[in-house]
Amino acid sequence: MMYLAAEHFVRSPQWLWYILFYFLFAGLAGGSYAIATLLRLSGDPRDEPAARIGFYVSLVTTVLCPILLTADLGVSWARFWHMLVDVTPGDTGLNFKYWSPMSIGAWALLVFGFFAFVSAAEAWLSDRRGSPLVPLLLNRMFNVIGAALAIFLASYTGVLLSVSNQPVWSDTWSLGGLFLASGLSGAAALIAFLMRYRPEAAFSLSRLHQAGGYFAALELALIIVFFVTVGAAGTLPRLLPWLALWALAVAGIAASLVMARGHMRMQASGGSAVLTRVRLDTLVVSLLVLLGVLALRAAVIFSAQ
Amino acid sequence: MATIKAGEEYGFFTDTSVCIGCKACEVACKEWNQLEGNNPTFLADSFDNTGSLDAQNWRHVKFIEQVPDKSATTGNGSAWLMMSDVCKHCKHASCMEVCPTGAIIRTEFNTVFIQQDVCNGCRNCIAACPYGVIGMNQQTGTAHKCTLCYDRLQGGLEPACAKACPTQSIQFGPLADLQQAADVRLATLHSQGMNQAQLYGRDDKVYGGLNAFFLLMDKPETYGLPNADNAKLPSRNDLGGYVGAAITAALAVVGGLVAFRRRVTG
Repeated sequence: MMYLAAEHFVRSPQWLWYILFYFLFAGLAGGSYAIATLLRLSGDPRDEPAARIGFYVSLVTTVLCPILLTADLGVSWARFWHMLVDVTPGDTGLNFKYWSPMSIGAWALLVFGFFAFVSAAEAWLSDRRGSPLVPLLLNRMFNVIGAALAIFLASYTGVLLSVSNQPVWSDTWSLGGLFLASGLSGAAALIAFLMRYRPEAAFSLSRLHQAGGYFAALELALIIVFFVTVGAAGTLPRLLPWLALWALAVAGIAASLVMARGHMRMQASGGSAVLTRVRLDTLVVSLLVLLGVLALRAAVIFSAQ
Repeated sequence: MATIKAGEEYGFFTDTSVCIGCKACEVACKEWNQLEGNNPTFLADSFDNTGSLDAQNWRHVKFIEQVPDKSATTGNGSAWLMMSDVCKHCKHASCMEVCPTGAIIRTEFNTVFIQQDVCNGCRNCIAACPYGVIGMNQQTGTAHKCTLCYDRLQGGLEPACAKACPTQSIQFGPLADLQQAADVRLATLHSQGMNQAQLYGRDDKVYGGLNAFFLLMDKPETYGLPNADNAKLPSRNDLGGYVGAAITAALAVVGGLVAFRRRVTG
């Protein structure tokens, strides 16, 4: 792959608010499903309430995704299904272009939607019964496949931007990873926030903060890679008007790192890492992280347009 | 011109050295294709009054006004460059590569065409086109650009812009004939000492060759065209993007497992 001091003579696609929020919810949907699966794989039954929050969040945010995408089509909204089916006269059939992230993404959203629905339904029925509905092994296998799709959903949106000829977006390879790390970080924050409505899930809170810290560290590293690659291409000046959004994104990362460090220290000093309730600091940090996740995507999207 | 036949390659050769900026091509294009045009905007610092190619301007006469401080001497009038810009109908078309709906097709005349009944307005083609050719029509909710007068070609007629061009700056015909004519014209200009003249898109260095190619009187960048080094397809970032995401995913999963597997007391 070759990066040049790029010249761009392109027109902006005007992907604005609907797409911004689609990218946010796709990141949160994929991130929360992946985290829920990881919690379930940890093997401790006491993590199950937190995992179920993750599956619920994943379904709700996944449902929002096609609505936003369809709304973005404007007056052609009724043709949303053309993403999946080629209606060219004489050449009808399914559309699938493995080299076009938008084409794969449309399919990934559809298939992941099935996994998100089944997992959330299973969680809901298990909650009602008071015991797991499906054998653990089968559940885990299903979740692992779903998590692979979830990771794709959270990351492909960044690749989609890169696979263009737009300034900034096409000048870096880091956006897929960056959106994934940010989506995971945001999902960890959202699940932590929602634990206040399910007190027994607080068992996983401390370790969720630690995981959130790891995701935030990855995000920070990828932001640095992003700036370096865009700088090498010569399109760094386009980022300058959006520095306030970048600052907000970094503030969210910093909050997540500070929170994670606090919980790690608590464990290292021999204290119990099990929290019995969600405290105010969790709520504040969660909101900051989520704001940062949104700001990051806004900064990337707006810098090219 | 000889009969237009399906199965043959057709295109435009736009010779900017004889463009006089009359905009007859813009008018003819709008008239034939029933394009309403955008609301007028006041561009006091230029003779350009359409601004750019978009959903309403499928031909756009660019004025590159590099007026020097001192008056030009005889034979040194290159301060005024004019170019009738249009969709390039690239052999390796970025728009066609990314289109998720299959709306963008190559016709029997080897031109690039957006099927209006298939396009759903996702605008991925707009993000991909390196020439800023495609625009969104808000009334139809679909992407629009030059069709190389597909309907006229089917009826055996040459495109409206080429028909209207009074200086033959825009020439239409079978691609091989146009390439031959361009080579002759370039040789003539070089023999007259205009060594800055060059062909753009005549060979396969830019997107595999352009069906609408140009004779330029300066570097491509001066005309707002990416040079051969920068003319890259969007798919160049597929591999890097996915590998970056996969490495991130692997690290994130390890991080998550490490965090969640840590045993706690209580």
